[in-house]
Amino acid sequence: MTSRTFIRAGLAALLMAPLAFAQTISVSGAGGTFIYPLASKWFHEYNVLHPNIQINYQSIGSGGGIRQFSVERTVDFGETDGPMNDQQLGEAKIKPIMHLPLALGGVVPIYNLSVHGLRFSGETLANIYLGKVVMWDDAAIAKDNPGVKLPAEPINIVHRADGSGTTYTWVDFLSKVSPDFHKKIGVGTSVTWPVGLGGKGNEGVAGLVRQTPGAIGYVELIYALQNKIAYAPVKNTAGEYVNASLETVSAAAATAQIPADYRVSITNPPGKGAYPISTFTWILASPALPDQTKKKAIHDFLVWALTKGQSYSKDLGYAPLPKKLVDRELKDVAKLQ
Amino acid sequence: MDLPTTEKPGSRSPGPVAPPKAPTHAMPPLSLSARVPDADAPPPVPEEPRRPLATRFPKRSSGRTADLIFRLATGACAAAVAGLIVVAIVFMVRGSIPAFKDHGLGAILSPEWDPTNQKYGALTFLFGTAYTSLIGMMIALPLGVLTAVALVEILPHSLSKVISLAVELLAAIPSVLLGLWGIFTLVPLVRSFEVSIYKSPLGLKNIPIFSGSPMGVGFLAAGLLLAIMALPFILSVTREVLLQVPVSQREAAYALGATRWQAIYNYILPYSWKGIFGAGLLGLARVLGETMAVTMVIGNTPQIKASLFASGYTLASVIANEFTEAPSILAISALISLGLILLVVSILLNAAARLMLIYLGRGSSSPREAK
Repeated sequence: MTSRTFIRAGLAALLMAPLAFAQTISVSGAGGTFIYPLASKWFHEYNVLHPNIQINYQSIGSGGGIRQFSVERTVDFGETDGPMNDQQLGEAKIKPIMHLPLALGGVVPIYNLSVHGLRFSGETLANIYLGKVVMWDDAAIAKDNPGVKLPAEPINIVHRADGSGTTYTWVDFLSKVSPDFHKKIGVGTSVTWPVGLGGKGNEGVAGLVRQTPGAIGYVELIYALQNKIAYAPVKNTAGEYVNASLETVSAAAATAQIPADYRVSITNPPGKGAYPISTFTWILASPALPDQTKKKAIHDFLVWALTKGQSYSKDLGYAPLPKKLVDRELKDVAKLQ
Repeated sequence: MDLPTTEKPGSRSPGPVAPPKAPTHAMPPLSLSARVPDADAPPPVPEEPRRPLATRFPKRSSGRTADLIFRLATGACAAAVAGLIVVAIVFMVRGSIPAFKDHGLGAILSPEWDPTNQKYGALTFLFGTAYTSLIGMMIALPLGVLTAVALVEILPHSLSKVISLAVELLAAIPSVLLGLWGIFTLVPLVRSFEVSIYKSPLGLKNIPIFSGSPMGVGFLAAGLLLAIMALPFILSVTREVLLQVPVSQREAAYALGATRWQAIYNYILPYSWKGIFGAGLLGLARVLGETMAVTMVIGNTPQIKASLFASGYTLASVIANEFTEAPSILAISALISLGLILLVVSILLNAAARLMLIYLGRGSSSPREAK
C-alpha cells in the first residue's frame, strides 16, 4: 500500500469512529479491594453481553470509594466493605445514597501450633487480642477445646497493619461479644492494638503466622480458601462452633436482621448454622445521579449482578447472597430507574 | 511493503472522500529499506574534508538562535525540577493544615497514635524511621566503603568487575521483592539469631538492646534489609570516588615505602572522604524513605523501644498502610503531616551533613601526614 492509501484509510476510520462508538456509555466506580476479583469478572462478562456499556472500577480502598463517590463526586458509584456512618452520609454531596449488598465475605482465625483442630469462642478471641490471654494453655482456650492437651507456649498475636475491611469485620465481631474489647479498642478499619505484630495485607498476616511458632492471626475467608490455609471454627450465638464456608457465611446473611437501608453489620447473627464473622460488601449508588443514561446503565448492571451475576460468586470464593435478600434488593434497585 | 505495480481500482480502500486518482506510480515507494543504506556498503564518505575549527560554524546568527533555544530549554527544565519540589511542599503543607489546626504541633509530636479516637501522634514513627535508618547505615556504610576499597585497590580487576556487576544488579531489585525475601528468608534467620541470644547462658537477653521475646520481625530485620538496599548506592559511588584518586597520589605513597594499608589509610581514603560522605548521604536518602520492604518486616507496632528485637513502625510505612482506608479527612491530613515530617527530617539531615562538610572542609582537607 502507498502512503496515500494509508492516509485515506486513516481518514475514513477517523470519520467513522464517532458513529461506531457514539452509543458507548462509560460508567466509573471506586471502592474496596475485597470485591475487586468478582467485580472485574462481572464488568468483563457484562461488557461481553452489552458491548456499549463500559464499567471501570478502581480498587482504591473503601475509604477512598466513599470519598470519591459521596464527597468528591468523581465516580458514578462507590463500593465499600463497611457501611457509611451517619456522619459520612451527612457530609455527602449527593443524596440519597443507597447501600446495596452485592456479595458476602468472612474473616477466619488462623494459628500456628503443634496442636491442630482448635476452635474458639468470640470471648476467647477478644481476650487474646486484648492481651489478657497470653498462653496457649489458658483456661479460656481449654474451655473451648475440652480434652485437648494444650502446650504451655506464649501466644504471638498478629493483626493487619494496613487499614482494611477485614480488620473492621474482625473487631466489629469482637466488640459485639466483648464489652471490654468494645471499650478499649472499638470498631474501625484500622484500630490501635494493645499487643501483637502488624502484617501488611492478608499475605503479610498469613506469612507472619506461618513463620512464628505460637502465632494467631486473622485473614479473609477467600484468601484462606485460595491458599489452602487451615482455619479454626468460631462459636456462634446458637452455641455451635461453626467452620467458615460459603454456605455458613450465606446463612449468616439469611438469619441476620437487615434494616431497610441495608446498613448493617451481620457479625454475630442469631440463628443456627451461621458463621459469626461474616460481612456484606456494599455498592453505593444514588437515584440523584444527574446523568440519566449512566443511572440507567448502573440500574441494569445491578439487576444483572444480583441475578445472573451471582453465579460467578461461588467460583471466585464469594458467598452468594440469600434468595430472599436478592428479591428485596431488586425492589430497591428499581428506584434507580 | 512493496508497491504493487498493477493495482485494481476495486481493491483500493473505499473512502468517503475520494480524491481524483493520484499518480501513485510516479511516487517513490515509501519503504524503509529504500532509504537505509545497505549494511554491506562502505560507510558514507564525508562530502568534504574537515574544515579548520574557526570556520566549522560559519553561520553565526543561526548558532545564536540555537544557543538561545538551548538555554531556554535547559532553563525551563531546571525550573520545572525546582517547581516540582515547591509543588510537593505546598501540597503537603496545605494537606497538613487540618491536622495541625485540630491538635496543634505538640499533639503531632506525641507518641499516641489511635485513629479510632482521632489521636494522631507521630513520635513513635519518627523514632522507628530514625532507629532503622541508624541500624541500616551503621551496617551499610562500613560494608560499602570497605568493599569499594577492596574492589578498587586490592582485588584483581576481573574479580572486581564481577562483584561490581552483582552489586549493580542488587540495586535493580524492586523493594517489594526484597521485602518478600525479607519475610521468608531474612526474618527466620534473624529469629534463630534472636533465639540463640534469648537462650544464651551468658544472660545476653538482659542487655537492653537484646531484650524482648524473639519474633524475627522488628528493628533488626528492618535495619538489615535497609542496609542491603543502601549498599549498592554507597558502594558504587565510593568506588567511583576512589577511582578518581590520581595515580600520582598512589605512586607517591608507595614510592615513600608505604605498605598497602598505609597507602589506603593515609592517602587514598583521606583524599576521597568528601565523596564517601556524599555516598553516605545518598544511601541515607534511600533508607529514610524506603516503604514497602520495611513495612513487611518491621512488625508495624507503634512503640518506642531500645531493643533491636522489638517491633516498630516507620513514617513511610504508616502512610502506605493507612492511607487507602483512612476513615476521615482528619486522618488523611494526619498522614500527610507525617509525610511533611519525613520531608523536614530529610531536609534537616541533608543540611546538617552539608554544614558538617563545610565545617570539616575548612580544616585540612589534604591527606594527613604519614607516620
